[in-house]
Amino acid sequence: MIYIKLFAIFFKMGIFSFGGGYAMIPLIQKELQKFNKISIPDIYNLVAISEVTPGSISVNLATFVGYEIAGFLGATFATLGIIMPSFIIILVISSYLMKYEEKKLIKDALFYVKPVISALIIVAAYYVAQTSIFKKDINLYNIMDIIKKPLSYVDLKATFILLIAIIMIKRHNIHPIAVMIISGLIGILLFYIF
Amino acid sequence: MKRVIDCKKILIDIFITFFKIGLFTFGGGYAMIPLIEEEIVNKKEWLNSDELIELLTLSESVPGSVSINSATMIGHKLARRAGSLVAVLGVVLPSYIVILVISIFSRIFYGNEIIKAALIGVRCAVVALIVKSAISFIRSCSKDIISNILFFSTIVITLLGIHSILTIVLGAALSLVLGHNDVNKWIG
Repeated sequence: MIYIKLFAIFFKMGIFSFGGGYAMIPLIQKELQKFNKISIPDIYNLVAISEVTPGSISVNLATFVGYEIAGFLGATFATLGIIMPSFIIILVISSYLMKYEEKKLIKDALFYVKPVISALIIVAAYYVAQTSIFKKDINLYNIMDIIKKPLSYVDLKATFILLIAIIMIKRHNIHPIAVMIISGLIGILLFYIF
Repeated sequence: MKRVIDCKKILIDIFITFFKIGLFTFGGGYAMIPLIEEEIVNKKEWLNSDELIELLTLSESVPGSVSINSATMIGHKLARRAGSLVAVLGVVLPSYIVILVISIFSRIFYGNEIIKAALIGVRCAVVALIVKSAISFIRSCSKDIISNILFFSTIVITLLGIHSILTIVLGAALSLVLGHNDVNKWIG
């Protein structure tokens, strides 16, 4: 049964995808070789699409791969497969958390995890910036070159939109969705019309 | 009878809220955090900022995608199992529908210049929004030397392409060993 197979594959990926959608890509490649229906460039195209469409990259990947292999039902089973593991794990943890909430055990165990997660969120911002604000790859290896000529690394139009977004968020406390829509419209103005 | 109706109402409310969050999450799970903050803490006032940071930290420390984990956890906090079910459905359905539509009409979306231009603009805003969430996370952290070392070493190793699970586990271990009195009591 192709549907159950798809469900099983993505269930497995759901268990092992630690750290979000990007970590899933190598696993997906390996599994897809069994099907011979989707090429590796297709996967990278899809990752690019996932970055610009709503939702998490892992769910997007599951829906897309499922659809390509077995149509609408395939998409449904693959998506359910990717959701199930985290859903079950979190339900178990949540029920446990409720019991021990008073004892603050979980809270204390997270004391030094918070700085790690803070760092991961900063890195996530950097990854998104690489698809918008930075023109060239910025990493630890070319840091001297960046200090010498920073302007060749940033897109000025995109930086302008970033500044407007910061002003909207800090000064005027505009809703994030409105900030995104306005920035999208300015994007059309700056990158398409001009 | 009234309680049943209230129950239904809060479940529908949770579903709509997470549908909205799912629909406007661009650039992966972490981009969800500013939206969750705005909707759950500021607008609906279901949780306060500290509770949210706690739930998010926990849900990001376990396997699975950030979006599904945090939706399940917040939904559970608000309305137990039914709450987590509707929250997950809400957050997943937008991307499921959008990707299905794109797979069916893929030609129209590939290489459309207007859509591309708009999305660059959206991503610039997403950078600012994620940084804002990161700042509220950083504010909730302790300012001691271990926190600082963990923070900067996580940035460096992630940029080098090493998996962050190492520092997550290290952080949890350090909290348990060095952590608060409550923990010491519990262990001892």
